[in-house]
Amino acid sequence: MQEVNTIHENKLDKLRESLSKTSIAFNKNLLVELGDFLENSDLPTTKQESWKYTRLTKLSNTTFSGFNEKSTLLAVHEKAYKIVFENGKLRSKEAFEGLNTLTELSSTQLSEIHASHEVFDALNLCYAEDGVFIEISKTLDRPIEILHLSNGNKINNLRHFIRLKSNTEANITMIFCSEKESKNFSNCVTEFHVEQGAHLSVTKIQIESGQDIHLSKEKVIQHRDSNFTLNTVTLDGLFVRNEVEVAVEGVYAETNLNGVYVANQQQFVDNHTTIDHKVAHCLSNELYKGVLFDKATGVFNGKVFVRKDAQKINAFQSNANIIMSQDASVNAKPELEIYADDVKCSHGSTTGQLDEEAVFYLRSRGLSDKAARNLLVSAFVGQVLEKIENTEILDFVYGKLNERFGWEY
Amino acid sequence: MIKIKNLHANIEGKEILKGLDLEVNAGEVHAIMGPNGAGKSTLASILAGREEYEITAGSITFDGIDLLELSTEERAREGLFLAFQYPVEIPGVSNINFLRTALNEIREYKGQEPISAKDFMQMVRDKSALVELDSKLANRSVNEGFSGGEKKRNEIFQMAMLDPKLAILDETDSGLDIDALRIVANGVNKLKTPHNASIVITHYQRLLDYIVPDFVHVLYDGKIVKTGPKELALTLEEKGYDWIKESILS
Repeated sequence: MQEVNTIHENKLDKLRESLSKTSIAFNKNLLVELGDFLENSDLPTTKQESWKYTRLTKLSNTTFSGFNEKSTLLAVHEKAYKIVFENGKLRSKEAFEGLNTLTELSSTQLSEIHASHEVFDALNLCYAEDGVFIEISKTLDRPIEILHLSNGNKINNLRHFIRLKSNTEANITMIFCSEKESKNFSNCVTEFHVEQGAHLSVTKIQIESGQDIHLSKEKVIQHRDSNFTLNTVTLDGLFVRNEVEVAVEGVYAETNLNGVYVANQQQFVDNHTTIDHKVAHCLSNELYKGVLFDKATGVFNGKVFVRKDAQKINAFQSNANIIMSQDASVNAKPELEIYADDVKCSHGSTTGQLDEEAVFYLRSRGLSDKAARNLLVSAFVGQVLEKIENTEILDFVYGKLNERFGWEY
Repeated sequence: MIKIKNLHANIEGKEILKGLDLEVNAGEVHAIMGPNGAGKSTLASILAGREEYEITAGSITFDGIDLLELSTEERAREGLFLAFQYPVEIPGVSNINFLRTALNEIREYKGQEPISAKDFMQMVRDKSALVELDSKLANRSVNEGFSGGEKKRNEIFQMAMLDPKLAILDETDSGLDIDALRIVANGVNKLKTPHNASIVITHYQRLLDYIVPDFVHVLYDGKIVKTGPKELALTLEEKGYDWIKESILS
């Protein structure tokens, strides 16, 4: 019998080749453990449930080398405390009480940071270049803006840790952008700890180049009476996957996850959310809306767990998509797992075309076909965008939508 | 103003209009009545430019222009307005913003400057008063959560804002109680000038108690089979459409 030798190229190994091990003082045992895990791992495939609709070929087919030294700075907030990372390195920061970067901290200070046995989380930690470590113990007078700039052809592993102490408030904007010709891979992980009675509102805006790959994970822990809002706005990028995991550990907490994605050409946008209601008397709202043109693909996967003793939970999830061409598609999968009996949960997912009767109605009043369609899709996502309370950020998003898709608000 | 000659139209292979003739001049109000399935709403849809219908013969000229060559939006910009039988709800699109966009598209088409914000708001106030439309409704999403009467009033409000040459009211009376009917009819009457015209499509005579037509046409089986003065509507109300059928057959 002829012997067949198949050599499987490990795609994760190939990805790691261009990376340097982190110089951040993470726990040594953790680094060894995660390093071993990565040694024995490969990139996820569509055989894994949580990657079923998400092929990583765009990532595994790209070779990453370096970066160019020129970046155009993007100012969104006039008033915010700005922290700027460029190609994974800190470029500038406006100091405020409680702000440090990971490279500045000792292993004792970093002892709380952990990564799970999940390829991109582990990869991010083992090769982390930098990131913010923010502890808010007194509400700041201004919002915070963390800007992530990339240009060139590089893998950026930034890791952030943000904690709001009891009864504080913060408003944070995280912007990811890159130069037009860039081909980066951004793998960003952020941990948010929202302590008792704290209010945290985060808006994440992704406007990287049409050739960039972006994976990000937000791990959120909410304590009693806390309020956490995340608005994820994806307007560009070749391949984007957002994973949000919220563990609601304290009673009377409120969680709001809002998302807008508008994609065209061959773009791929994936939003994976998990809200884990571990305790009683909490509320979560999830609203994600997408518009897909050309050959763009969207994925929405929303998991909600309600544990056995988590009674009196209200959990609402809604995902709606408009497909603007025959070649565009969406895979939507809501997953509710409810083990408590006194809860109110709902989910709904719709994917369809524009309401032609509404298009006709608007045209019959004098709007062109294009203007009518633009008005309808912009209104469709506008209902999510208006949840962004910061008007400067909202205007910035409207401006981007106008620039990219000609929508007017 | 509008001349419809020998109009034949199909939908999904079925002939609905079978040689319809109609001429409307400036300053006139025409009522088109007829039994269900006669082709009344088809006529309204074709005039507004719905693409599902196939015109197999005939012509429509609107102020000398071949209407059938124009897209829906070009017809609107030329001054044609359809008040919908079933106005569409459009969540997220504010009534006001959409009307300003519509008005400015029409003005641009006519070579006029966009309307100023101040003039526009004054116009909104004046015209919403005309149809007794709560100004709060004017600011809400288009028709979203409006009652049947509010939707119809909103149609007439839009008509007042866009000031068309020819308005087609497609069963505007359907689903209205008597008070709403009076308000809607009042609005239409106040908008009447020697320069514009209306085609009022209705199944029942009662709308014509409030909007007095110059001519009443009976549409039956895809054709205008009878035309008369406003009294014809009363005869129809009294004798029903069977009377028309019999008089055609005999």
